[in-house]
Parts: sequence; C-alpha cells; structure tokens
Amino acid sequence: MDFLIAAIITIVGISTPILLAGLGELVVEKSGVLNLGVEGMMLVGAIAGFAATVLTGNPWLGVIGAAVAGALAASLFGFLVLTLNSNQVATGLALTIFGTGLSSLIGLSFVGRIVPQFGSVFPPELARDPILKVIFGYSPVVYFALVMVFVVGWFLKSTRAGLILRAVGENDLSAHSIGYSVIGVRYAAVAFGGAMAGIGGAYFSMVITPMWAERMTAGRGWIALALVVFAGWRSGRLLVGAIFFGVLMWMELNAKAGGLAFLSFAQYIPSQFWAAMPYLMTVVVLTLISMRDRVGLNAPACLGKPFVPAT
Amino acid sequence: MRIKLEKRREPSKLMQVVTPIASVLLTMLVGVVVFDLLGIDGQRAVIDIFVTPLIASYKWQDVAVKAAPLIIIALGLSIGNRANVWNIGAEGQYIIGALCAAGVGLAAGAAGGPIIIVTMILAGIVGGSAWASVPAALKTRFGVNEILSSLMLTYVALQVLSYLVGGPWKDPNGRNFPATAPLQPDQTLPILFSGTTVHLGVAIAVVLPFLFWLLMSRSVFGYQVRVVGSAPNAARHGGFDGNQTVWLAMLIGGGMAGLAGALEFAGALKAINLGFPSGYGFTAIIVSFLGRLHPIGCLIAGIVLAVTYVGGQVAQTTVHIPNATAGIFQAMMLFFILASDIFVRYRVRFMPSAKAAVQPAAGE
Repeated sequence: MDFLIAAIITIVGISTPILLAGLGELVVEKSGVLNLGVEGMMLVGAIAGFAATVLTGNPWLGVIGAAVAGALAASLFGFLVLTLNSNQVATGLALTIFGTGLSSLIGLSFVGRIVPQFGSVFPPELARDPILKVIFGYSPVVYFALVMVFVVGWFLKSTRAGLILRAVGENDLSAHSIGYSVIGVRYAAVAFGGAMAGIGGAYFSMVITPMWAERMTAGRGWIALALVVFAGWRSGRLLVGAIFFGVLMWMELNAKAGGLAFLSFAQYIPSQFWAAMPYLMTVVVLTLISMRDRVGLNAPACLGKPFVPAT
Repeated sequence: MRIKLEKRREPSKLMQVVTPIASVLLTMLVGVVVFDLLGIDGQRAVIDIFVTPLIASYKWQDVAVKAAPLIIIALGLSIGNRANVWNIGAEGQYIIGALCAAGVGLAAGAAGGPIIIVTMILAGIVGGSAWASVPAALKTRFGVNEILSSLMLTYVALQVLSYLVGGPWKDPNGRNFPATAPLQPDQTLPILFSGTTVHLGVAIAVVLPFLFWLLMSRSVFGYQVRVVGSAPNAARHGGFDGNQTVWLAMLIGGGMAGLAGALEFAGALKAINLGFPSGYGFTAIIVSFLGRLHPIGCLIAGIVLAVTYVGGQVAQTTVHIPNATAGIFQAMMLFFILASDIFVRYRVRFMPSAKAAVQPAAGE
C-alpha cells in the first residue's frame, strides 16, 4: 500500500510538467504552428521561476515570472515565424538552443540558492494523512495543470475564440478571408504555449528538485511534443497520455534503482528500455492513427506551414 | 512612409551570400551589448568566442576536428531541406552510425588495418541510413510526419547507446565506467599531420562538399531535389516521384550523419561513452541554414560553428561563462539567418505615401 501511494505521488509529479507544456503546445499546434522550442521555453521558465521566487520570496510570483518568461521566449519565436515567415522547424530548434544557453548563463548566479516552497493548498492535516495525501498532497501547480486540462478542452471545443483558433489552424486562408486575424490568433496561441511551457519548467526548479541545475528539464520538452502527437491533438487524451508517460518514466526511475523486483520479468529489461518507451510509443501511435484513417487524423491541416495570404 | 514587400521571382543570389555574413557580424555585435548588460565583459567574450580560435594557431586543429562532423552532417541535411524533407533526427543517426562502427571494431578484436577501418566507416554509413529509413518508410507508406518520427528516434538512439555502453559493450577493464573499450591503435583513422589530432575525417569533410556540389549542380538527382522542393506540383507533372525524393533525402541525410559518427568515433574519440552525443546533429541544422543549403556554404558555415565551440571553451576559462554560452551565439546566428531570409525572397521597398503603395508591383 505504501508502495502504491508513493508510486502514485511520484507519477503525478513527473507527469505534471509534460502535461503543462503539452497543453500549451496543443493550443499552439491547433492554431497551425509547430513550435519545437518547448525544451528551450521550459528551461527559460525553470530559471525565471526559480530566480523570481528567490528574489521575491514568493513562489506565486515565481510561477508568474516563469509564465511571463516562457511567453517572452515564445514571442521571439512568434516574431520570426509569424511576422518574418521564417522556417518553423529551424526556428523552434534555435529557440531550444537559445533557451538552453540563456538559462545556463542566468542560472550561474543561482547555483546553490534555496527556493521558498509553496504552502499546502488544502488543510495540512489532509495532506499529511497517509492515504488522503494521494489526493491532497500536491503542489498547487499540479491542481492548476489538472484544471487547465478542462479549461483548454472547453476553450477549444465550446468557445467562439476556440472555434476561430481551430479554423485558423485548419484553413488559414479561409479564416483570413472571412476577416479573422490569422497572425494575431497565432501570436496569442504561441504566447500561451510559451507561458505553459514556462510553468512546466518552473515545476522542475521549484517543486521536483527545488534548486537550479543546468539542463535540468532533461529532455522533457521533447516528451511534451511527443505527448501532443500521442494524444492525437485532444486535451482529454493528453491527460491520459501524460499519466501513461509518467508511468513509463517512473518505471525507468525504478528500474535504475532496482525497485521493480515485484515484476518478475523486470530484471531482464534494462532501464533504457523504459526510457525509450515514450518515444517509441509515440512513433507507433502516430503510425497507427495514420494507418487507420489518414483523413481522420486530427492533426491541424496547416500545421507548420507559413501563412501567405494571396495578394 | 511605409514598408512594402515585393516577392522576388527568384531568390536573390546576392542576398544569399550577404545575409549569412551579416548574421554572423550582427550576432557578434548583439553579443557584446547583451553580455555587457549581463555584467560580463562582452567585448572580451565575443573576441574569445569568434576570433581567438582563428588567431591562436594551436586552436586550429581543434576547429578542424570539430568542423568535420558538422560539415558532413550538414551536407546530407541540406539535400533534405532543399526538397522539403525535414530530417531533424541526424543526432540519432550520428549515434547509431558510431555504434555500428564500434560494433565492427569490437567484433574485429585485435585485427586492424585498412579493411577493418573501411568496414567500420561503411557500417557507420549503413547504420545511419538504416536509422533514417524508419522515418522515410513511415512517411512514404503511412504519411507519418518525418519531423516528429526522426526526432523521437533520436531519443531512442540515445537509450540504445546508453544500454550498449553500460551493458554488453562495457569495457571490462574500464573500472566500471560506462564506455566501450578503446579502439586498437591500428583500427583508428590515420592522422594527417603528425603531432596533431587532425585525422582523415577532416580531409573527407573538405573533399565531400565539392562532390556534393557536383552532384547537386550536374546530376538529374540534384535537379530533381531542387524541383521537388521549390515546385512540388511541377515536379509531379514532370514525373518526379515525391516518395523517391523522400527516400533519397532521408537515406543520404542518415548516411552522412552515420559517416560523421563513424569518423568521430574512429578518428577523434576512439571509444564511445555516455558523453558521445554532442549535439552535432542539431548544430548541423544551423550549419545547413547558415550555409544557405549550399555544399560550399556548409563547408564555411561548419568552420564558423566549430570556431564558436572552441571559442566557447576559451571564454569559459577567460571570462568564466558557462560552455552553454556558445549555444546562445549559435542560436542567435540561426535567428538572424532565418529572419534575413525575408531579404532573399522579398524586395523591401520604402513607399513614400499610401497612394504609391496601392500600385501593383508591375515590371519586376
């Protein structure tokens, strides 16, 4: 039982940053933009959130700082691909390289600093209870991420703004011709994606390992990208996928530490297998959905294509 | 006054040459300002990163050895990028190429000589192509996006490497350090200039761009790639098969990345450990763009990026900035080159009044 509780708490924790970044990227991709800079934006958010919390002493301001920094980094990407029509794939990679370097540089003066922690959201007795802490024992960021799953799903499905955003991603020329600002919508989506990735990154430096280390997001930005594809661009499935990926990451952690002895076959499977699974599964799922129904593939039709209005 | 963009009928040749140079210079300029703002001696940092490796002759061999894999990988990627085939998994193909070369080296035991070395290099090319053939097959068969699949496979390749060097291929005499046993001396690539680390791979990296130039400018294949990339519909009418282009672009891209991995292993490192993946596969994407997807451009851009790597290490000791700072400069160069693309594709006109701007862009 203790083992199960510990497992659930770990899995929820490691799923949260990829869920946050994945939700942001989902909205970005729904608007027709492919931003491969998630890892870079997460790292920028990680150091910004950490720095803002250390300097102000308030973790809430840290999260806001991470969101703003992530959105700013994303806006740099947005300016290049939306205003200057630069190549999205290359610009996204540039953003990741940039974010990695910038966060290392800014992070230099924060190595070894201690970051103030969030108080608990619920009455502390609930979070201390050995069983109830599975529900009440998380950082506020975790609950925020869960709420955002529904907010993003509701926004895309049921609001007028969400409809416009999807229209822009499916057929930018039509959306443009009936008077919507394709570039404006995409800027907003890209900035939102950056803010979410920033908060996801801050979850690493403020909650998971409350300290700053270079490249501490350790490739989770790429997993978030994989997650969006895995989920077939649907927010509900994104939550399921995030937990599934979380389980795989937990398997990896435990295989490394030799903690999977309860699975008789686990001793024959190297930890690298579990580490590779999220990526392999993504390729497999991507192939399956492409095989089953090429047209029904939920990928936005304009994904990654620059918007060039007819003159 | 307002600014108006007119699409050029053909990309500007002049701008294709001017913009990369301007990007590098702008990066240096912005670097000075930004670093000064961060309280670091910006001028010193920029000089150390961009100039010191060029004027300090003992750094030349480092630049040459670092430039070789970047140039070789970028050559392969440029072909894909020209045909709008996005292989961003070169890092994984590079790793698998090196592992295949290492597999041959380990299997050969104590045997050495040219045959073993050639087999290792061929194994690297085959391994890299094989890894790239997965995204190619998925793309042509099922329409799976090659950007995502090639990227995902890079992370799988990292785990394959981690597994092999930490398990079956771990050096039994390596004090439990996860790395392969070092290559036998006569399995390593010959050194070109005695007393340096400049190996045969550097010569290959100098010769290959000229071969690629011939391939791209003189062969039907080069023509096909350019047509498929710039005018897919015309290419279909002309009978060029898009799937065939995807296959060739991916196989050449993967093969070059695999070759680079094999050369890096047999020439520079001589053993594979967890630190082998160096990001060359990703940096080569910058090289490919900075070189304007031109083989000779890749040669020059590869040297520029190699200078920043070596310079980054210099700056690390002189102005105490982290190694990753070189990445900021590399990213800035890529930002500028991508942003300046607009000058290649469009003519920028400054219109004195709104009235003039309404006139159609006739007689371009």
